[in-house]
Amino acid sequence: MADVLDGSKSWFYSGIVKTHFLHPRNMALSNESISEIKPNGVGEVGSPACGDVMKMWIHVDKNERITACKWKTFGCASAIASTSMLSVMVTENKGMLLKDALKIKATDILKRLGGLPAKKIHCSVLGDQALRAAINDYFKRTGQEGRIVKLI
Amino acid sequence: MFLLIAVLIVGKTNEVFKIMREIYMDNAATTQLDSKVLRKMLLYLKREYGNPSSMHDKGIIAKNAISSARKKTADILNCKPEEIIFTGSGTESDNLAIFGYARKNKHKGNHIITTKIEHHAVLDCFKMLKKEGFKVTFLDVDKDGFVDLEQLKNSITSKTILVSIIYANNEIGTVQDIPKIAEICHKKQAVLHTDACQAANYLEIDVKKLGVDMMTLNGSKIYGPKGVGVLFKKSDIEIEPIIFGGGQEKGLRSGTENVANIIGFAEALERVRRNLVKEVEKLTFLRDYMINELLKIPDSRLNGPRKNRLPNNVNISFLNIEGESAALLLNEEGIFISTGSACSSKDLDPSHVIMAIGCPAEVAHSSLRFSLGKDICRRDVDYVIKKTKKVVSHLRNMSPLHYKLQEQVKQRKDDDCTLIKEDFE
Repeated sequence: MADVLDGSKSWFYSGIVKTHFLHPRNMALSNESISEIKPNGVGEVGSPACGDVMKMWIHVDKNERITACKWKTFGCASAIASTSMLSVMVTENKGMLLKDALKIKATDILKRLGGLPAKKIHCSVLGDQALRAAINDYFKRTGQEGRIVKLI
Repeated sequence: MFLLIAVLIVGKTNEVFKIMREIYMDNAATTQLDSKVLRKMLLYLKREYGNPSSMHDKGIIAKNAISSARKKTADILNCKPEEIIFTGSGTESDNLAIFGYARKNKHKGNHIITTKIEHHAVLDCFKMLKKEGFKVTFLDVDKDGFVDLEQLKNSITSKTILVSIIYANNEIGTVQDIPKIAEICHKKQAVLHTDACQAANYLEIDVKKLGVDMMTLNGSKIYGPKGVGVLFKKSDIEIEPIIFGGGQEKGLRSGTENVANIIGFAEALERVRRNLVKEVEKLTFLRDYMINELLKIPDSRLNGPRKNRLPNNVNISFLNIEGESAALLLNEEGIFISTGSACSSKDLDPSHVIMAIGCPAEVAHSSLRFSLGKDICRRDVDYVIKKTKKVVSHLRNMSPLHYKLQEQVKQRKDDDCTLIKEDFE
């Protein structure tokens, strides 16, 4: 699956992972860059002791499309790359509908990343959880508690 | 047209040079083979390829070469040549010492002692022996990684047959007081083994002065070849083999001797011992300079002691960044280092050494180890400091913990593991 152990360089990751790690998209660099997207949903998952924490801010428009997404991640290269890829997936093509965003699974992120080394797969699992947490927060803020989904 | 080509060439050259700048600061993982060592080895790889067990001239030449390498090694360790066993690695030497001694002497007692900061090559042997029915004590260490000598004293019973304590820790550079430890062990009739793989370049390895009964060395940490180790074993200590076959190395390590590697080992050891004083002086200066500069980065913490530390070891945790990410970003800058983060370990556990000195997992996750070597100069160190600052600030910028954890740290001020650098000044 993953193109691991390219003998000449110490990269254990695919080229796509490397690109997203070195040049992350939609990263929240400053408070301004977060307030710019007028977030109406924010979610955070993970724990520093485990080595991964992700925080995601989203803006959902009235048609329930995610038009913007910003994130911060503490974690290894695959955690950073998978959050970056997820943020691209939900905002491309004018934004993803909430109902589709809730269907995103770790395997979908993995597919777009061109795979990850087996032991790193849990990192991308955290990405879709952060997104769900952010969407749940949006539901809560908009008085739609009934639509809140369970985090796995 | 010519101009265009010229511009392209200049552009490309710059790119090439950028890639060419490589700073290897992972000498605790392995060292570059010294070219003078390689030259000595080549003869035995190509022309004198005989099997030392053969009776013909080709065999005898190889056998004599091993004898002289054994003599050379023994002279450096101040022991008898027959007390030197050549093995296939440092790991194998550790395994041979621990399994070999414990299994052979279990009639004397079933208790063995080691520390919580050993290399896995020792730690996992003890875990295995525990499964075989031995009682095992894993000694604690203090916040700098030093073994508690009182605890050691109290742990040794009449049933204790073996103690194994790492001489200089590979992760945080803590150098144990081996002569003192040997004294304690011998007073209570326990045999002492030490893993000296990281120590051989910089510290005393005279086995009489150290007082050890067994000691492990390794070619790949001393600018020698990989795939060769040495176990010093005092002649009155009895062990049993862990590898069986043709009975080489007095029956303790079967398998055709790796002649070239053995020659390379002895040559490399001789060379590092010859340059020791100069190297220790140079590296101690660079190490302290580097530690001081890196600790200027806010929320950084030195792992391991200031004094009694390997001269080439710098291990620092930068709070709120994850070590693997930092190591990979530094890799992009041509800087090669290690991290104690779980993400870079095979078992996904954070460094057991940094956990053992009483730090929470997040400190282990954020630790970076820079291990200097003989080719490192001040300019390299400055470059690495500059790039490390850049990488740390970049990763903190993207870390959701950066501000949140700072608050928590303030509350934990009394804790030994507080990540505020004033503690170290």
